Parts: sequence; structure tokens; C-alpha cells
Amino acid sequence: MIIPMALLVITLTWALVRIAPGNFYTQEKKLPPAVEENIKKKYGLDKPWYQQYGIMMWNVVRGDFGSSLKYEGQTVNEIIWRHFPYSATIGILAYVLALLIGLTAGVIASLKQNSIFDYGSTSLAMLGLSVPNFVLGPLLVLVFSFWLYWLPPARWSLAGLVLPVVTLAAIYAAYIARLTRAGMLEVMRSDYIRTARAKGLDEKTVLLRHGLRGGIIPVVSFTGPALAALLAGTVVVEKVFAIPGLGNIFIQSVLNRDEPLVLGIVAFLSILIMVFNLLVDISYGFLDPRIRYE
Amino acid sequence: MSETNGTILSVNGLKTYFQTEDGVVKAVDGITFELKKGETLGIVGESGSGKSVTNLSVMRLIPEPPGKIVAGDIVFSGIDVRALSIDEVRKIRGKRIAMIFQDPMTSLNPFLKISTQLMEVTRLHLGHTKDEAYAHALKMLKLVGIPDAGTRLDEYPHQFSGGMRQRVMIAMALSCDPELLIADEPTTALDVTIQAQILELIKDLKARMGTSVILITHDLGVVAGMTDKIIVMYAGKVFEQASTKELFATPANPYTKGLLKSVPDPAHEQGKELYQIPGLPPDVAHLPPGCPFAERCDRATDLCRQQYPPFVEINADHHSLCHFAREVYAESVAEQNKQEL
Repeated sequence: MIIPMALLVITLTWALVRIAPGNFYTQEKKLPPAVEENIKKKYGLDKPWYQQYGIMMWNVVRGDFGSSLKYEGQTVNEIIWRHFPYSATIGILAYVLALLIGLTAGVIASLKQNSIFDYGSTSLAMLGLSVPNFVLGPLLVLVFSFWLYWLPPARWSLAGLVLPVVTLAAIYAAYIARLTRAGMLEVMRSDYIRTARAKGLDEKTVLLRHGLRGGIIPVVSFTGPALAALLAGTVVVEKVFAIPGLGNIFIQSVLNRDEPLVLGIVAFLSILIMVFNLLVDISYGFLDPRIRYE
Repeated sequence: MSETNGTILSVNGLKTYFQTEDGVVKAVDGITFELKKGETLGIVGESGSGKSVTNLSVMRLIPEPPGKIVAGDIVFSGIDVRALSIDEVRKIRGKRIAMIFQDPMTSLNPFLKISTQLMEVTRLHLGHTKDEAYAHALKMLKLVGIPDAGTRLDEYPHQFSGGMRQRVMIAMALSCDPELLIADEPTTALDVTIQAQILELIKDLKARMGTSVILITHDLGVVAGMTDKIIVMYAGKVFEQASTKELFATPANPYTKGLLKSVPDPAHEQGKELYQIPGLPPDVAHLPPGCPFAERCDRATDLCRQQYPPFVEINADHHSLCHFAREVYAESVAEQNKQEL
């Protein structure tokens, strides 16, 4: 399922890049026709579109996206692997942070429903959801770098990672907290929780053994695609904190009309997202025996 | 324990209220009953009459807030349950008082194996090791008549049919050999044929293990063959209380008479339209000052609508909450005599 889907995504991306007006060699000044002719020949653009598509697809299937048109001499694969680790590092850290904060806050809020903690954490979650990260990022830099001098605004170091990771994690933590709270509230009202209590189990066991699994199922469906999105890099956070990640490169490649690079990154991201969705589906099976394959 | 005089559970003036946006819902409003060792008590009433809340109160399982036991005594085997700390209550739950719930589809945890759910009770209360608990769980499944118990033990609830799940619930409830079993509508969600099997199973196990049972139901047919005495509840109150035999033969409350008339009797009433009590149960958040049943009662007078009825003692074991309890009782006795002639 993954491979045909990926090929479809690549086809659509290729078509969109082609349909869009302009091309990678266009400058403000019009090129002489002879030069344009030469460029077209060099990159195979003089062939009919189906032939170009066929060549592109054949290369993609072999995992060869060719060289970047903008950064000459560098293959697309090299560029992706050079920039992906930056995105992946802050992505994974943000993911872990978001899960830790979101799950804990959600579970506690659901246990102490309508308490001050519940109101506090749900309002905070609402805030986290409504403040966009292009506001939160600069705000954190302002407070922690320029006022308090605690953390660097941009540097690839442990301290330098704190602000981008927090910025990136905020919205996910908020969302996970809300999902967890709602899921837990629903589950803790169910009949089998009453059964567990009637058996004489203490609240901790009731919560951890009987409640948590059902309660976090909505979180699991969210976290798969979320992890993929986090790994893929987020343009805003990478821009704000000057991180040379994939998100940054992706936007650049689109602006440069760097077709091989665009296709390469899209293919990479789509496979990433699909793999994580697959992982989510598999983990459902572990959580819920009812959807396990016979 | 000698001072308990063979009484396993006595509930006195129990009041459990729920705080809602609509006002205070008096789900249980002054319930008194007593259960002797080895006896079976039936609690009958329509949905929302407070039968389940009464028993959840005994187990201290009322979700708080919004619910709260506001008054009354619950004495189980000489222990004042209301005075216990929650940790002490947990030592009674599942071990000395066990419960079976209405819907076996939702009462078992869908995420855990049957074995896990059975084993955790005995490991907690009887201090079983893993192996002991597993062996005990297997024994219990066999006891409740689950075929091929060995393989089924490691399956999940969704792999069981409704009747089999209720058997699992019963196995779980009886794991620690409890003194009191509370069965809250144990057969309501099951097919009629399965209902009979489950009731038979409870009856059989009760006889074998000497457990006292409280059977909650809205089906008079269910309690008839199972119970020693019956409480009829309506709007959070005890409307009538009598031995099963006497309640069926000579009811002293118009509500009970209505319920009895609503039971289909194909042998004598074929072709006739089945009787039903008119109207709906009242909103317990806004009860009228008089008798809560007055609106639906065919013999209600102005007295009934204005004044709360007394709890009339017909004889030592038979009480009825009605202004006209004695008259209703006399009518029932007369009808009974006529039938016997």
C-alpha cells in the first residue's frame, strides 16, 4: 500500500511543479533563445512530457533523485541526509517532551476533574493551541535570551536546543493533554472501571491497569502523524532558531523550482508519514485486542 | 460476630443523594432492610427507582461528587461500612461482598485477558502467587460451566458470547468466596434462554457456597423463583417489603399490584391486552409533597396527593408505604380466597 501511495504523491508533486508557471533557470532578464535551448537539452526538457515523466519515475523507483539543480554537484539524497538529522533531533525531543507533559497533565486533569489543576491545565492547553509557534518562538527568545540571558537564541548545542524544542512541543503537548483528558474521563466512567473498583483494587491499579490503555487510544491515533510531522521539520521553528533542517531546505527548494530536490523531499516525507501511520495501526493491535488480526 | 444474630447486612434509613444542575436528586431516600445469612433478597423496581444506587452505596461505590450518602447506617457482618476508611472498604470489596453487573458486554475490561481479570482478584485478596491465581481462575471458570476453560482463560472478553461473559463475571465475583453477592440485573442484557441458565447457575452456586444474595431486577418473573423476600422500590423509597410468597399472593400496595398485573400470564389471559401502569416514573429531583405514585395510581385520593403516606405494618414481615395499605391488603386476601375456592 505504501509504495503505490508514494508513487502517486510523487506524480502529483511532479505535475504541480510542472504546471506552475516559471522554471529553475528563469532570471529577471530573459535568456537568449539559444541558451534556453541548451539548458533544455541538458536537462532533458526538450523531450515530450510523458517521456520526461517516464525517466523521472524510473529514477525515483531506483531511489535515485539525481542532483540538485540549484546546489550543483550535490545529489538530492546527500542533501536530505545532511539536513534531516537536525530536524529529526529537535523533532524527537519535542515529541518526547510533548508526550511527557501532555499525558501527565491530561491524566491528572481527568482525575481531578473541575479542580484548580484541571482548570489551570486546560486553560494552559487552550493557550498552547491558540498561540502560533511563530509568536511563541520569538517570545521565548525575547524572554529567555534577551531579558534573562539564560539560553542562546540560536546555536546547535544542548542549551541551544531548549527553546526550539519547547516551541515545537507546546502545541503538541497542549493537544495531547486535551485528548488524554477527554479519553480518560470517558474511560473512567465506563462500566469496567466500576467493576475494577468493585473488585477492591486501589485507584492506582484501576487507573494504570484498567483505565490508561483505553484512555490513550485517541492519543495514539494522533501521535503517529504528529511524529512524522515533527521529524519532517517545521519551517517556522527552523527559521526562527536558524536550524539547518529539512523544513528550511524544502521551502528553499520550492522557491528555487529545484525539481529533483522537491521530489526527493516529498517522496521522503510521504514515506515517513505512511510508515508512522502504519506503526500506529500496528500499535492499536497491541493496545486493543479487539482490532488485532486473527 | 454473635451480636449480629445471623444478620449479614442491615441497612437502616439509607439516603443517597446526587447533586445535579437540576437540583438534588434523592436517588435513595430512607431505605431500610435486613438480610440474613444464606438468604436471597430481591429488590424490584422500574429504572431509576434507586435499586442500583442502594447497592452501590453498600459497596461505597457511589461516585462522589456528585453523589453522597447523606444519612443512614450500613452494617455488614457487624462492621459499620460508612465509618470505614476507603482502604478498609477496599478489603471488603471483591472479597467479602462481590458484585455482578447488568451488562456483561461492558463490565469486563475489553483490553485485558480473562485470566488477568480473574487473577487480579485472588492475588489481591487471597495473596495468591501467579501460578496459584491461574489455577484458581481455571477452577472458577470450570465451576461456572465454561466449556474448554483451559484455552478460554487466555482469551479476551470480545471472544465470548454475552452469556459466557456473564459466567465469567460470576466466576470473578465468586473467586474469593464472598459472604454476600450483589447481582445487579444479571440477566437483563441476555437472551431469554440464557437468562434461565444464568439464574439457575447463581441459585446453584449460592446453595453450594452458602452465599447470601441480593438480586436486583425489574423483572418480577426473575425474583419469583429465586428469592426469600422482596423489596419493591419506587422513586428512591421502599414501597413494599414482604416475603416472596406473601408479596406475590397478597400484595398490600397498589404499585406492587400494578407490577404483578403487568407480568404476562398466557395461561389465563390469552387474547387479553396486557396491563400496564399508566404514566412514567416521577422526576426524583422534583417530587410532589404527597405519595410519589399518586399520579399513576388508580385509587389515589386528594389525601394521597397532599400527604406523604405512612409505612404501614401489615404484619412483622410485611410493610407497605400507602395510605390505604390495609384496604389493599384486605382486597388481595379476598381475591386470593376467591381464587382458592
